[in-house]
This record gives sequence, C-alpha cells and structure tokens, in this order.
Amino acid sequence: MANPRGELPAWVDIGLIPLLNLFIALLFAGLVVLIIGENPLEAMWIMLKGAVGSLKGWGYLLYYATNFVFTGLAVAVAFHAGLFNIGGEGQAYIAGLGAAIVGLGLEVLPWPVVIPLAILAAMLFGAFWAWIPGYLQARRGSHIVITTIMFNFIAGSLMIYLIKDYFRPLGKMAVESREITGAYILSFREIAMQFFDLRLPSTPLNLTVFLAALAAWAVWYLLWRTELGYEIRAVGANPAAAIYAGIKTDRIIMITMAISGGLAGLMAVNEVLGVQHRLLLEFVGGSGFVGIAVALMGRSHPIGIVLSAMLFGLLYQGGTELSFAKPLISRDMIVVIQGLVILFMGALEYAFRPALARIFVRVED
Amino acid sequence: MTPAIELIGIDKRFGAVHANKDVTLSIGQGSIHGIIGENGAGKSTLMSILFGFYSADKGEIKIKGQPVRIKSSSDAISHGIGMVHQHFMLVDPFTVLENIVLGVEGGNLIGPALEKARQELTRLARDYELEVDPDAIVGELPVGLQQRVEILKALFKGAETLILDEPTGVLTPDEADHLFRILGQLRDQGKTVILITHKLREIMAITDHVSVMRRGAMVATRETKHTSVEELAELMVGRHVLLHVEKAKARPGQVVLEVKNLTWKDHKGTVRVDNVSFNVRAGEIVGIAGVSGNGQSEILELISGISKPASGQIIFEGKDIGVLGDPRHVREEGLAHVPEDRQHRGLIASFDASESVILGWHYDEALGKGFRLDREAVVKRCKAEMQEFDVRPADPLLMSGKFSGGNQQKIILAREIGRDPDLLIVGQPTRGVDIGAIEFIHKRLIALRDQGKAVLLVSVELDEIRSLSDRILVMFAGRIMGERDSSADERELGLLMAGVSKDAA
Amino acid sequence: MDLSLLPEILASTIRLSVPLVLACLAGLWSEKSGIVDIGLEGKMLAAAFAAAASAAYFQSAWLGLLIAIFVSLGFSLVHGYAAINQRGNQVVSGVAINMLAAGLAVVLGNTWFKEGGRTPALPVDARFMPIELPGAAALANVPLLGDFAKIISGHSILTYLTILLVPLTAWALARTRFGLRLRAVGENPQAVDTAGISVALLRYQAVIIAGILCGIAGAFISTSLSASFVRDMTAGRGFMALAALIFANWRAWPALYACLLFGFLQAGGNYMQGAHIGSFEVPVQFIIMAPYVLTVVLLAGFIGKSIPPRASGIPYTKDR
Repeated sequence: MANPRGELPAWVDIGLIPLLNLFIALLFAGLVVLIIGENPLEAMWIMLKGAVGSLKGWGYLLYYATNFVFTGLAVAVAFHAGLFNIGGEGQAYIAGLGAAIVGLGLEVLPWPVVIPLAILAAMLFGAFWAWIPGYLQARRGSHIVITTIMFNFIAGSLMIYLIKDYFRPLGKMAVESREITGAYILSFREIAMQFFDLRLPSTPLNLTVFLAALAAWAVWYLLWRTELGYEIRAVGANPAAAIYAGIKTDRIIMITMAISGGLAGLMAVNEVLGVQHRLLLEFVGGSGFVGIAVALMGRSHPIGIVLSAMLFGLLYQGGTELSFAKPLISRDMIVVIQGLVILFMGALEYAFRPALARIFVRVED
Repeated sequence: MTPAIELIGIDKRFGAVHANKDVTLSIGQGSIHGIIGENGAGKSTLMSILFGFYSADKGEIKIKGQPVRIKSSSDAISHGIGMVHQHFMLVDPFTVLENIVLGVEGGNLIGPALEKARQELTRLARDYELEVDPDAIVGELPVGLQQRVEILKALFKGAETLILDEPTGVLTPDEADHLFRILGQLRDQGKTVILITHKLREIMAITDHVSVMRRGAMVATRETKHTSVEELAELMVGRHVLLHVEKAKARPGQVVLEVKNLTWKDHKGTVRVDNVSFNVRAGEIVGIAGVSGNGQSEILELISGISKPASGQIIFEGKDIGVLGDPRHVREEGLAHVPEDRQHRGLIASFDASESVILGWHYDEALGKGFRLDREAVVKRCKAEMQEFDVRPADPLLMSGKFSGGNQQKIILAREIGRDPDLLIVGQPTRGVDIGAIEFIHKRLIALRDQGKAVLLVSVELDEIRSLSDRILVMFAGRIMGERDSSADERELGLLMAGVSKDAA
Repeated sequence: MDLSLLPEILASTIRLSVPLVLACLAGLWSEKSGIVDIGLEGKMLAAAFAAAASAAYFQSAWLGLLIAIFVSLGFSLVHGYAAINQRGNQVVSGVAINMLAAGLAVVLGNTWFKEGGRTPALPVDARFMPIELPGAAALANVPLLGDFAKIISGHSILTYLTILLVPLTAWALARTRFGLRLRAVGENPQAVDTAGISVALLRYQAVIIAGILCGIAGAFISTSLSASFVRDMTAGRGFMALAALIFANWRAWPALYACLLFGFLQAGGNYMQGAHIGSFEVPVQFIIMAPYVLTVVLLAGFIGKSIPPRASGIPYTKDR
C-alpha cells in the first residue's frame, strides 16, 4: 500500500492527519460511551490516569507497546513493499513454537546462549509462516491478503494441536507447556528486586522492551540505509520503476514477507519468554491486528510506529483500568477505537485531504 | 445537404496543454471522413468531445444541422454516434451477444434482449459483412473479430455515425482489408464513418475526405481523390523551423549495438516488433522516428532488458543481451536507459531526488559498501549531478515528483549519463520539457556522441530526430520502413512514418 | 465412526452450512461487482448481536431479523462509501469493520444486558425454531426414506429460505439485466461506463445485497442455531465463507457445494473424534483446518485456476 504523499507538506501528512484521524476515532468512541450512559470526558480521564498516572500504569503501557511495536513494524515493512500482511497474528503465534522449542530443548545450555538462539528461532518460525504466502503471491499470483488470513486460521488450529499433544506435560489440565526456564527473560520487577533491592509494582514489562527499541532502529536502518531497504521501498512505491532499475520484484516480495514475519515473531519472544514463560494458547491475543492500526497510524515509519504503539499501549492499559472503574464500559471499547482508527486511517484516509489541501496547499501556477 | 456532424470552434485545454485550438470540422453524411495527424495533434481529444467523454471549453456541436449538447456517452449514443475505441470496451468472459446487449437490454430479463440481438446480428452480418458467432466468448476471439463486436455494439445501439480511433493498430493486413470493406458497406448504406489514423495508406484507400490536424489545430480538409500522399504528409508534419543544434560531423567507430531479426509479441499475440534489424556505432546518434505505437517503445524495453524478445538477437558489445532479459545485467555491461515515460519508470515520484538519482545504480559500491547505502554519499552524488546538469532547484531532498518536467528529465539524464555508459538509449527526451531544458538536453546528447559514445534515440518529435540524429530509422507497424541520413527532408520522413515506402512494394 | 450417526451429521451439516452459504452469497454479489469484502465476518457478527438483542427486547425473532438486516446494511454502506466514493483500500475497510463489529457488539451487549457481552437466552417463541415438513413424521420409521426425511425436515425457515436463495442468485446473475450489468462492472467497469451505466450505483446495489444477506446470516446464528449472542460467536465463518467463494471460483451453485463441504467438515469434526487413517489418529484440529488449507491449495493454483472478477478490489477512476 504505497503512500501517495501528494501535495501536502510533510508535517501535515505525518503529524496532522494521524492526529486528526485519531481525534475523529475518539469522537465516535466518545459517542458510544455517551450511548452507554457514561461521561466520555470522565472516561478519558480515568484512562489517562490509569495508564500514565502511576508506575504500574507505565509498566503495563510499555509492555503492551513492546508487542505493538513488533507487530506494527511487521505490517509496516510489508506496506513499504506494497503488501498487506494481515497474518501477523498467525506469524507471531507460530513463532512461539520456535521460542519454546529452543527454550525447552536447549535448557541445559547457559542462558546467554539459549536466549539469543530462542529469539532467532522465534524470528525464523515467524518468517517462515509469512514467507509461504509471500512465495505464493510472487510465484503463483495468490492474493496475499487472503492467504495470510487463511494462515492465521491454520496457525490457530495447528497450535492447539501441537501445544495440546506435544508441549503439555502429562497430567496437566491447562493447555500449555511447562515453564521455560532455559530462556527466561527477566521482568523489570525481578531485576529491581534481584539487583537493586527495589520494590517495583508487578507488571509484565520485561527486558524485551529494549529489543523492541532495537527492532525499531533496525527497521529504520534497513529501509533507509541499505540497498535491500531501497529496493523494498521502490517495489512498493513504483513497481514499474523497480523493474526498470533491475530490481527483482519476486525476490523482494518474498524477502519482505520473511522480514515481516520475523518481526511479528519477536512478539512471541516478549509474551512467551518474557511474560508467560511458557507456551500457551492464544498468547498473541489480537496484537497482530493492533499492529495494523499502529502501522497505519504511524504511517509505516518506525518513529511513528513507536509513538503509535505507545498510544495504543495507553489505550489498552487505560481501557483495562476504565473497565474496572466503570464496569459498564467493557474493555472491548479499545477494539472499537482500534477499528475506528483503522477505518479512518486506512480506508477513509483521503476523506480529509481535499479539505486539508485547500488549507495547506498553495496552488502553483 | 446538411452535414451529418459539425464541430464549430471547438476549444479544449488540459491544464497547460492546448489540445484543441478553435477546431472547426464538417463531416458529410454517408461518407468516410479521415482525420489524420501526428501524436498530440488533438484528433483523439476532438473525437472524445464528440463522444461525450470530455466537454469542450468553447464551441458547439451540430448534428444534422441541429445544435446539440453532448455531456456524456449516453447523450452521444442517443444522437446516433457510436465509437470504436483503440482499447476495446469489452467484457471478456461475456459472449458476443451479452456484450452487445449491455446497456440496452430493454427490460429486466435479458432473454428477450438476447433474442432480439441475435436476429439483429444476423441482419447486420448480411448487410455489412459483419459475421461473428453470437455465442462466442469475446475474450477468446482474435482481435479482428473483437473489433467487429465493437462495431456491432455501436450499430445495435442505432449509430448513424461511427468513429473509429486508430482501428488498424492491432489488425493483421487481412483483417484490416476486411475492416475497410465493412466500412465501405456502411458508407454505401448511408452511415457516416470517421476514421482517426496516422496511416496515410488507409486514408488514400478508403476515405472520401480527409482533414489534417497539427498541434491542436485543424490545418486543412481535402477531398481524398484530389490530394496526394505527399501533400498530406507535408500538411501533417508541417514546415518546421529546425532547432538547429551546432554539431560537428559524426565520426562513427565500432558497432556497439547490433539488433538482428528482433521480434516481439504482446500478450494478445499481436506482433509489435516485426523482424527488426539495425545497428548503432560508437560516436553516432541513431534516431528512430515514428508515430508512437509502432514498436519503438517496445524496442527500447527489449534492449534495456525489461522485456524478452520472442525471437532475434540483441548483441551489445559482443554479448547477446536478449537472452539475459535483466536490466541490471545490461546496465553492468555499460548500457544506460532514459525511459520514455519518466513518471512511470524513470523516477519514483514519492522518493526524494537523491533516491531517484540512484535508481538502477543503487548497488554501486561508491554509494555504500556491501549492503549499505551511504546516505551522505548519495546526497553528495545527487548534488554534484544536479549542479552539472543545472537542475533547479538543486535540492537533493526535494521530492522527485515536485520537480518540473524538464528538471526531472535532467535528473534522469544526469543519472544515466553520469554512469559513463557505452550506449545510451533514450526515449522522448524532451516530452513535456521547457525550451531552455530542451536545448540543454540536446547539447548533452551531442556531447556524449562526441565523446565517442553510442546513442539510440527514440522520439515522436520529428524535429528532434532530425536535429540530433546522424542516421534516421523510421518505424511503422513494427518494421523499419527505411533508413535515411540527417539530411532527409521532413516530407520524405513523414511519408515513411505514415507507412508509405517507395522502397517497399 | 458410527455410520448410524450419518443422518444426524448430514442434518447438522445443513444447519451449519446456512450462515456459510448466506455469507458466501453476500461475498459473491459484492465481488462480482468488483468490491472485495473482507468484512463478511464483522457484518455477520454485528447482525448476530443485533438479532439476539432485539429478539430479547421485543420478544420476536422476526423483528430481530429485521433489525439485524438494518445493522448489517449500515456496515455495508460504510464499506461501500469507503470503497466507491473514497476509493479507499477495500481490504483495510473490511478489517476495520470486523474490528468495529466485534468491539461494539461486546460493549453494547455489556451495557444493555450486563452479562459481560452476552445477550439473554431467548425463549422458544423469540427464535426461529425447526419446522417439520409434512410427511416427515409419518416417514420417521421407514428405513432410508426416514433417514432422508430426518435430514431434510426439521430445519428453520431461514434454512429453507437460504436454500432457495442459491438458485435465485444464480438465475438473477445470469438472466436479469441487473445481473448482466453487475457482472460486467466487476470485469470491465470502463465498458459499463461507456455504455452509459453508473458504475457507482451498481456497486452500491451489490453492497446492499451483501449487507442484507449477512444480516440474515447473523440472525440465523444467534436466533436459530443458538439462543443468544456470545462474543465472537461467528468464529471465523465469514472467512470460511470467503474461502468457499474462492474455492467455488465465484459461482453460485459451486458456492453451495463448497459451503456444504466446509459445513460437513465443521459438523463432522465434532463427531470424528478418534477417526483413523491407517494407524494415524486424525486430530480434530486438522479437520477444522481443512477448509483453509484447501483454499490455499486452490489459490496456489494446484487444483485448477482461480479466476476472480477482473476488476475486483480496484477502485474505479475515470482516468481520462
């Protein structure tokens, strides 16, 4: 999905429009809150307080953001090549397999060896799950949107089978693996306790957050400072020019999808190795889809993605707090906001351009 | 007798382009009227206005003496005007009958409409020799028959006037002859036919009258039997003031590019490049002249590796590059390519200039070791090239799409020439470019040639070809009609461009 | 596997196929006109919620159905507006609608019924209950015919309606003016435009039909198949319907068969616990996955060619 940055100045395109779309999304959400019978402004305040008003809130916010950065980057990289990867959900799920296999299988080895290998395995598994639809699109013309959706469902069923029959220890009721001690990524709370004798509130925030920051930088570097990244962006922006330039579009499509899947796979590292410390069902929990919203809002740029991921982290944490404070407003309100953001940022993106163009563009004669 | 169609004072602009300049045209009933002109002459625009696709800025249209307003194609259809477009408006999976009936089903159930169409088709086949299997799937028909379906569509909707836009471009000679017979029948039965074409032979063969357009204006109308191919060619091409470029005589050296029996077919199987052979030497500019659509664009794409030949060889510095079919390889061998459509292929509009300047050369080690892309080096390279080629504004960070046409072209030229290629192939180098830039670009091309490089130039602007080329090849219908040197006059070239060859039988 | 269960499985197949068929037909109408609809799932879900909520409130299944159709139509029109007027990305629009529907259904459900997103269980008169066809009871004990009667009879009225919709769709597309124009606009909108017909109007009409069908599908799920709305109750059926549509190469009768096949896999999955191929016990998850795997195989071109309407997903601009 190439971004036709038309005549509008850059700051409008990257800054104003996403904020405008967010504003409209929140407006509609506020309307729903009103229909429910609650005060939207009060709801907003509770959300903000719950997310950024306490250390615990921040902990959760950043934990969510970690996941969303990974899935957002995944969608964004694919977007740059003109591909819509809806399969992040399934790719992250399958990646969990890689993390668990290495984490459990190599647990006799010391953790400085196992953890990097587990991360690599997660990325490889995720990359593979995305590469197949990429291959089918490039070589057989199968529409990548449909195949990635199908692969989400296939992953869902496959994982149930694998976890139930191969990872679940005998006698255990819960459908999950045993604890993965070989690749245990410490949470901030644990680090604070063990090394600084500090008490931090209990949140899932763990060291993977640094991996997220690294990933964001790495994606930026890849896209704008390497030949491969140039080719990826060229294919997405103008396939005819890419062919003219001698870029092999088939190869780029497959490589891009693999990278995309690998990034989504990092989400499994956070969840499986950093939070749950086990392989369990449905651990992705919708992050793949949030990634779509994050990528759209962040205009497929790592900086935008980090900011959007944090914003959605705010919404998720705030939403949880809100649902406790106001039981009438279900936590699913966040899903509604997400849907609205995607609708306005993705499908109705051009709706405001004419109006904005009138304000911001000086017509050159 | 009142003319069937009158276009009076039609004026139309598209932004800066003045497509139709106060055009007046009168077309008699029951005749075949040809409209001839080069690319950009304005003929398609004029007919699109008649058929309701565009509205004229000024002027009026009269049908059988009555002024009418045509705001859409349904208006045009209701006034008995039918159009057979260059690119067919057919639904491939439908049968012939279904295509014909689309839009005029006359009721909620299509059964009766199909029956009626079937009967009508039989009648039309009888009257005009328009035989076609009504139940055939249109997508499976050969192009000639598809065109027949388009004609039938128009007639079924009650067209009294039929406009055909470059109808023979996709036809074999036999199919073209058959088409002319059909048009003759239509005329004999009282229909009016307007034929848009750049092919002089066709005009002489079947039209009763011919009007010549040039650069948006209506230049002349003649009765076909009272004019000649030479006169028409001259009117079509005009007496141009040569943009005289100072150039020394060429000193051609070795053969750099040899094209042998090159043939290429499009996805529909139509032969677009027909057994073409020519060569280009170091130190000379070879220009390929011709109206667009006659195979020149395809030749550039074949040489640059974007498409693969069906048969024949392309030998560049001794290597058969036709086999490789890979633009990158071809570049590495020392070929540079300025594409015809800069927006489509030559630049990436949403990238900034510095990134467009490396398009096709982004893997150069000087721009970053290994897999890296050194931004600083890229911007520096861009700035240097911008200065050398006087690109304005000389801002590497400005979005490529924002530069004017001339500056975009200069960026592309800077990029390709900056590679010090052995062969530069360039298409439409000054399309949409302002005068100052045109001069600059022409000078650079000559300079390249004087350095001992080879240049293959494709252009629909005859002036450009004549002022720059040392040797001129004229292409028509996928073939090279003839080769002339730079002293050839425009009339002769015009004839060749319009398909008239004294050499050929 | 116990063969005596076959009639039950087949009856269950028909029941489970109904929402698939309806959603599939919805997708068919939409895609034939050139509009890609990923949002079938969301529309069905929204409709399911609306039907169950309204039926509970008004104690009427028919009112529930009506309101469900309206709600689904609403989403359809949003999608249509985004795709046709705004020329936006149709896939993104579909994804957004799925999310919106999922979220709104739970949020509103929670507010109005305070059961954590569920709607209250519907009494029998507020549901579409099975209808026994005349003669079915009489044949009940006749071997073979009795089994056949058991399969055919005892379905809700919506089921019978759905079965009729298949030939109706096939006929409408092939033999009516509307069908002809709709199919044309999905293949070559320019041809339709030059024939003087409004591309936008046709596409809106297609999108509206899709909305109505999804509405019926959703209502069926929550008021016939079930007795209430539960979060995410469509469980991927919208995507399965999309898969069936592709599997059927965008044709009405094959769509029915594809949906029956997928429905059979759904129904059979429940019964096929412990099924064996040789000594390998087929895990039920593989049966659940089968429709999706089959679709991928088809899309990869391994069984026949997948030929969607040519203009599918491409916003129409009169490029002049």
